[in-house]
Amino acid sequence: MDYFGWIQLALFVGLLFALTKPMGVYLTRVLDVDGKTFLDPIMRHVERLFYFLLGIDPKKEQDWKQYSFSLIAFSLVGILFTYAILRLQHLLPLNPQGIGPLSDQLSFNTAVSFATNTNWQSYGGESTMSYLSQMVGLTFHNFTSAATGIAVAAALVRGIARNSAKTIGNFWTDVIRIILYVLLPICIFYAVFLVSQGMIQNFKPYETAQVVEPYITQVPQKDAGEQEIKDTQGNLVMEERKVDAQTIVQGPMASQVAIKMLGTNGGGYTNANAAHPYENPSPLSNFLQMLSIFLIPSGLTYYLGRTVKNQRHGWAVWTAMATIFLIGLLVCWSAETAGNPHMHALGIDASSGNMEGKETRFGIFNSALFATVTTDASCGAVNSMHDSFTPLGGLIPMLNIQLGEVIFGGVGAGLYGMLVFVVLAVFLAGLMIGKTPEYIGKKIEAYDVKASVMFIMVPVLTILGFTAWGVISSWGLVGLNNSGPHGFSEVLYAYSSAAGNNGSAFAGLNTNSYWYDITLGIVMLLGRFFMIVPVLALAGNLAKKKLIPPSEGSFPVTGPIFTILLIGTVFIVGALTFFPALSLGPIVEHYLMTHSNILF
Amino acid sequence: MNNLISEIRISVLVTFCLAALVCVVYPLVVWGVAQTLFPDNANGSLIIRNGKTVGSKLIAQHFTDKKYFHPRPSAAGDAGYDATSSGGSNLGPTSKKLIDSVRERVKAYRAENNLPPTESVPADAVTASASGLDPHISVKNALIQASRVAKARDMNEKDVIAKIERNNEGRDLGILGEPRVNVLTLNLSLDAR
Repeated sequence: MDYFGWIQLALFVGLLFALTKPMGVYLTRVLDVDGKTFLDPIMRHVERLFYFLLGIDPKKEQDWKQYSFSLIAFSLVGILFTYAILRLQHLLPLNPQGIGPLSDQLSFNTAVSFATNTNWQSYGGESTMSYLSQMVGLTFHNFTSAATGIAVAAALVRGIARNSAKTIGNFWTDVIRIILYVLLPICIFYAVFLVSQGMIQNFKPYETAQVVEPYITQVPQKDAGEQEIKDTQGNLVMEERKVDAQTIVQGPMASQVAIKMLGTNGGGYTNANAAHPYENPSPLSNFLQMLSIFLIPSGLTYYLGRTVKNQRHGWAVWTAMATIFLIGLLVCWSAETAGNPHMHALGIDASSGNMEGKETRFGIFNSALFATVTTDASCGAVNSMHDSFTPLGGLIPMLNIQLGEVIFGGVGAGLYGMLVFVVLAVFLAGLMIGKTPEYIGKKIEAYDVKASVMFIMVPVLTILGFTAWGVISSWGLVGLNNSGPHGFSEVLYAYSSAAGNNGSAFAGLNTNSYWYDITLGIVMLLGRFFMIVPVLALAGNLAKKKLIPPSEGSFPVTGPIFTILLIGTVFIVGALTFFPALSLGPIVEHYLMTHSNILF
Repeated sequence: MNNLISEIRISVLVTFCLAALVCVVYPLVVWGVAQTLFPDNANGSLIIRNGKTVGSKLIAQHFTDKKYFHPRPSAAGDAGYDATSSGGSNLGPTSKKLIDSVRERVKAYRAENNLPPTESVPADAVTASASGLDPHISVKNALIQASRVAKARDMNEKDVIAKIERNNEGRDLGILGEPRVNVLTLNLSLDAR
């Protein structure tokens, strides 16, 4: 944990803090249909054109049921749209490599995963996707699923702020305004900046380079079905291969990566995602990618404070998020710095930390920071391979997801997730002091708590249920890349990531098989829509209530006591639920690694 | 029912309108600006020698000859360094396969660089990178390889170290990331001597 790491951390947190207010103020204007922004001279025209083409009245608001209905219809159409593109990519233009169509289950998995803002990568990126699939099939959802998340958060915040109202906003207006005024303008500048760092943006076919030193190597022999051939003893049959050329990936990468980070989507253009030198060329591009993951989620806490007219509440939520973020980061960073004793025993420099699955330009600190940020948010892009982290270093990303990704969180999803925890925290405080719980002038009643608990139960049941099913089934075990407790961690991580709509992975697990594609797809759908609908129900119910002025008996939702209570609620719910499962995976692996010579 | 049809109609319309904007106009604008301002980067930072593309500054190539600096081990594709199949080993910390292959690499690294058992091996030299295409090695790793390269090329070791320094990209803005040496540009600069 060197001196440069601390400076970079201070810079990261400092910049995030400084950007929170400007981003929040801007979001407040965008999320108000009458709000004025500096982009009005250009974007107003585009916006009006959209309403004209769609034939909708932007000011006609919806109640929570209509809002949910529009959201689900829109997501469903998007899933079909992408599914069709992936199935038909060999017939569509912009496919210079002549890549074939994706299988039906992989297309289902990928379409669902992008529509739910998960961006799980069962697909291989550069080896399975045409330029059109990347640019249209996937980028479309990077924008719309992000806008949908922000829209839901805005609807919930409106529900809290309004007095005896029936409606919570208009879904179409919210999505269109978020894309036109926030996501698109930032992405244009951001993508060009990424190119300045070395990212590609072209439509050329893959480049063939004549390598400087041709060499001969041994590779496993494969049969016609691309299966590795084994001899009678079960060893791989090897063959010689002369390598004198290298095929280098090309394509429209920067435009996709910009929104992938800003919209906390995380689906990689390449298989290695943000570890690929094109997809994250320099430490500076890496720093901005991490910052852009947290930019909107952090700004939304300010939007919350401003909209409910209690700015200190917004900052209290921000502080709770920042605290949990720092705790996770410090654990992950120190575990990766300490490294793997099995490696040190081989005579490897212990001061260089655990470098397996990490890039030289990022080193230990930036890999640990990226892993923490990407799982605090529901981003899921990776600049290092979480599967090769030390047990405790890998526990943090997994736990971050299991806590509900409320530590800044996905765009919108982080805020509405955290607000559910706020409702629970206020409810618990009410029980403790024996008063009717209220939250910023709204009484919290049975309906609200039921909706909140439903929200919390969905990931719990899906993660634990499907992991249990996976590890006792032959289809679940066949894809494992590691055995022993680490193999269990791979499965647990996969379903956590799917339910949390995160998309990062212990990527050794080969999930491009029928059962994994289908079950993960179902879990992603449950983890998105079965959580959004309760949130919108909560929003609708809170909107209906009368605002009561704060009294002596109101529990304050600002200040350190509230912040600690909120952090406690998040930890207690997550820790109690997932501690037993984590004990079987990373925790037991940690003790095996540090106290024994057992290898798997 | 009417409501359902109208919602689906709007959904389809929004999908096509937004797709036109964010999937066609947006990538083309970025493409146009990027190709104008940073054409070299936008096309992959390719290195051309004598009219032939020999690689990309950002993508690692395999080197085995003693006269070249060696990159980090790669798990990309069957043969490693496969730039169409990026990825890491994804082996966990208690994987027998991982520890066994690292043991072999340590042995080979010590032998080829004449590294005495008292000196430790830099981790990046014997562990696979995340992408399998990591173009860099640590400065320490490069310095250990310097004497082998100098000997194979019949060069003064000081000159080799000077080349390492010239290909050391340092930290971005002096603080971000880690100091690192680009293996491909370093090897090409040695060949060009």
